[in-house]
Amino acid sequence: MVDADPHEAVEPLLRMRGIVKEFPGARALDGVDLEVRPGEVHCLLGQNGAGKSTLIKILAGAHQPTAGEILLDEEPVTIPDPVAALKLGIATIYQELDVVDGLTVAENIYLGHELARGGVSRRSDAARRTREIMQRLGHPEITPHREVGRLPAAGKQIVSLARALSRDARVVVMDEPSAVLDSEEVGNLHRIVRELTADGVAVVYISHRLEEIRQLGDRITVLKDGRTVATSLLVADTPTNDLIKLMTGRAVEYAFPDRPGVPEGAAPVLEVEDLGLGDVFNDVSLTVRAGEIVGLAGLVGSGRSEILETIYGARRSTSGSVRVGGKRLRSGVDAAVAAGVGLCPEERKSQGLLLDEPVYRNITLSTFARIARGGLLDEGAERAAAREQVEALDLRPASVDRNARTLSGGNQQKALLARWLVHGCRVLLLDEPTRGVDVGARAEIYSLIRRLADDGAAVVVVSSEIPEVLGLADRVLVISDGKAVHEGPAREIDEHAVLDLVMEGSVA
Amino acid sequence: MSARSGLMGPALRMGGLVFALILLVVVGAVTAGERFMSPGNLTTILSLAAVTGVVSIGMTFVITSGGIDLSVGAVLGLASIWASTLSTQYMAEDYGWWVIVVTALAVGLAAGLVNGALIAYGKVPAFIATLAMLAAARGLAEIIAGRRTQIVDVEPFFDVFQARPLGLPTIVWIFVVVAAAGWFLLNRTTFGRRTVAVGGNPEASRLAGIKIKRHTLYLYGLAGLTAGIGAVIMLARTTAGSSTHGTLLELDAIAAVVVGGTLLAGGRGTITGTVLGVLIFSTLTNIFVLNNLDSSVQAIAKGAIIVVAVLLQQWFASREKATST
Ligand SMILES: Nc1ncnc2c1ncn2[C@@H]1O[C@H](COP(=O)(O)OP(=O)(O)OP(=O)(O)O)[C@@H](O)[C@H]1O
Ligand SMILES: [Mg+2]
Repeated sequence: MVDADPHEAVEPLLRMRGIVKEFPGARALDGVDLEVRPGEVHCLLGQNGAGKSTLIKILAGAHQPTAGEILLDEEPVTIPDPVAALKLGIATIYQELDVVDGLTVAENIYLGHELARGGVSRRSDAARRTREIMQRLGHPEITPHREVGRLPAAGKQIVSLARALSRDARVVVMDEPSAVLDSEEVGNLHRIVRELTADGVAVVYISHRLEEIRQLGDRITVLKDGRTVATSLLVADTPTNDLIKLMTGRAVEYAFPDRPGVPEGAAPVLEVEDLGLGDVFNDVSLTVRAGEIVGLAGLVGSGRSEILETIYGARRSTSGSVRVGGKRLRSGVDAAVAAGVGLCPEERKSQGLLLDEPVYRNITLSTFARIARGGLLDEGAERAAAREQVEALDLRPASVDRNARTLSGGNQQKALLARWLVHGCRVLLLDEPTRGVDVGARAEIYSLIRRLADDGAAVVVVSSEIPEVLGLADRVLVISDGKAVHEGPAREIDEHAVLDLVMEGSVA
Repeated sequence: MSARSGLMGPALRMGGLVFALILLVVVGAVTAGERFMSPGNLTTILSLAAVTGVVSIGMTFVITSGGIDLSVGAVLGLASIWASTLSTQYMAEDYGWWVIVVTALAVGLAAGLVNGALIAYGKVPAFIATLAMLAAARGLAEIIAGRRTQIVDVEPFFDVFQARPLGLPTIVWIFVVVAAAGWFLLNRTTFGRRTVAVGGNPEASRLAGIKIKRHTLYLYGLAGLTAGIGAVIMLARTTAGSSTHGTLLELDAIAAVVVGGTLLAGGRGTITGTVLGVLIFSTLTNIFVLNNLDSSVQAIAKGAIIVVAVLLQQWFASREKATST
């Protein structure tokens, strides 16, 4: 790791100067500078839509800059395509998963640089090296010949991490790699990042989790609205509050909303009894009353997402029952939606959005039929409803006619939340509701969820960030290996206790 | 257009199709002169376009939703046979010409619903289910007809369908009405929105509460129904039912839809494009016939058009991608 001394003359490994990127109708970057030294963890910070992903896509050769230059070892380079970036030793882990579902783990890792001799692929070599990398990543259970499509989101993230590691890169760029990971996985990831930097590799790291940046980062560059507002700040010298102010231009209360407590006589809205799904989870029971937020904490792969999806009817339960407002739910998503249940899925790209459709149609995807009159669409009313939510959530850019694809990751998340706000839900199931959402918007989303509960909704939240579950929920269920190992008020338990429970549960 | 969001994309694409059509008309006028430009010939082009056109409208919906229907030609053949059996014709004599129409539509719809049920509830891939229907419908048509052509002899039927209200044959009007209805259905109704949504991202649509199985059933029912309408037009034009009616029609329909700009992968569909695609192909056929050119050469020209159109589509798509990875 680089010594935190700004005066020490270290040659930068990578320098980006005056980078401008124009999209039709939007200037995503407007003169950004970045300077990365070998062996450091350089954090890139900024609100949703600030231009972080755009910047690193330029570095990865996925976008071409409109203006500006890139220097590697002080030599100007052009990066016309992703292959060129890899040749220059720049490996990138994108924010959105980019693995090929139909291929195996090993095939994904060596995609584009297949190990071959004379056109014959050396599968056993690839398998052996895959095994080594997975061992290093602490995931020996992800075997080379597994089909990637069958892995959960976190598993896919590990595969794309492995792919970047397989390239022997000098610069590794990670765009929100920790968003899909739980705390244990994040620990693993940090260990690997440190190993890389110890070998002199430079790591560019994007994250909205400020604590993480404290633990891991050496220097920070802050982007705001496509410009650099601070370059190469030393992490150690910059208080978090200053960072937030730089990013957002204001001071943000980074706190959870008050918990007014659930009124005594509140009626149970969601009643889940002995729900089970094959060998994924079983005997899950929970009751959520009107005005209550229940959090599910647990490691990735513990079955949390599956529990939500089964309650929602997206997976057919093998035992147990779900009641909403006392009425037993037929299986099937449409029955759940009709009963006023909404789910924000964890994978917004593959499970949530119509990327090539305008934002407003994404927001009204579960309500357009209700807004329509006699089967005739009322797009004016749809736009109006969408616009209202876009403003309420401060979704940026505020146009409802753009394609969802052109939104930054955090703003796509907001569009998904907006869908259920328009719909109006008695039961809201949220799977990682703040994944990829910046600090400012996070606070807004927390208070929004709380407001929904105060208005009488029953909310179930799954999050990999245990502090988020504990801070937001009234009650928590700790899930380990498909079983609820603890249930109790959120105030009476802390992160360590949750982790202990999780560990015990998975040992038992 | 469903993909209004692409701003320039769809307009450019439509412009390209209109340009191609104008180019063909010029070629026709130059090579065949009066014979091509005469009102009679233009009517012929439209009449020839009617069958493929109507079927292509249904196909547009199926393809927009990410599916495919290979059975439309065979279903059209079966419907034309069923609607022209002696017993149907006797009934038509007794009750009215509409018996023929209702029979054809019912057969088409039923076959389409069978496709839809197999695909939605039986989880059979659309390609396989409709391929099976293709074989089965042709076979059934041959059995019913005993491999003979069935001449239709119901005067009132022809009184209606060979009439020329407002100067155009009824069958051309049917195409116009079906296309307009299809445009409306795709762009202005919840049915159309669901179709685009299911094609764009089936999992997201399902999780948003859209009943995708039921919708799939309806979609293939709709495709079958348009095949039934196509059978009526075919009966009117050829005055006979035949088990070979509609042979390879599915390929013409798919070609017209794809050339028109509907994405084969689903999620984006355009009725206007389909209509233009159909007109381009029928004009092309007409020009070849007028100039006494070999139909094999025509097949090559068709192939070339398809390839060029798809290349253009990909070019547009990659340009959109480049600005929006
Ligand atoms: N293809 C595109 N066309 C038009 N605008 C785009 C396109 N891609 C990104 N943008 C815009 O560029 C800006 C920067 O987006 P970018 O994805 O880089 O943000 P980000 O900093 O990574 O945000 P997040 O934290 O939410 O991931 C946003 O306003 C976004 O809407
Ligand atoms: Mg981003």
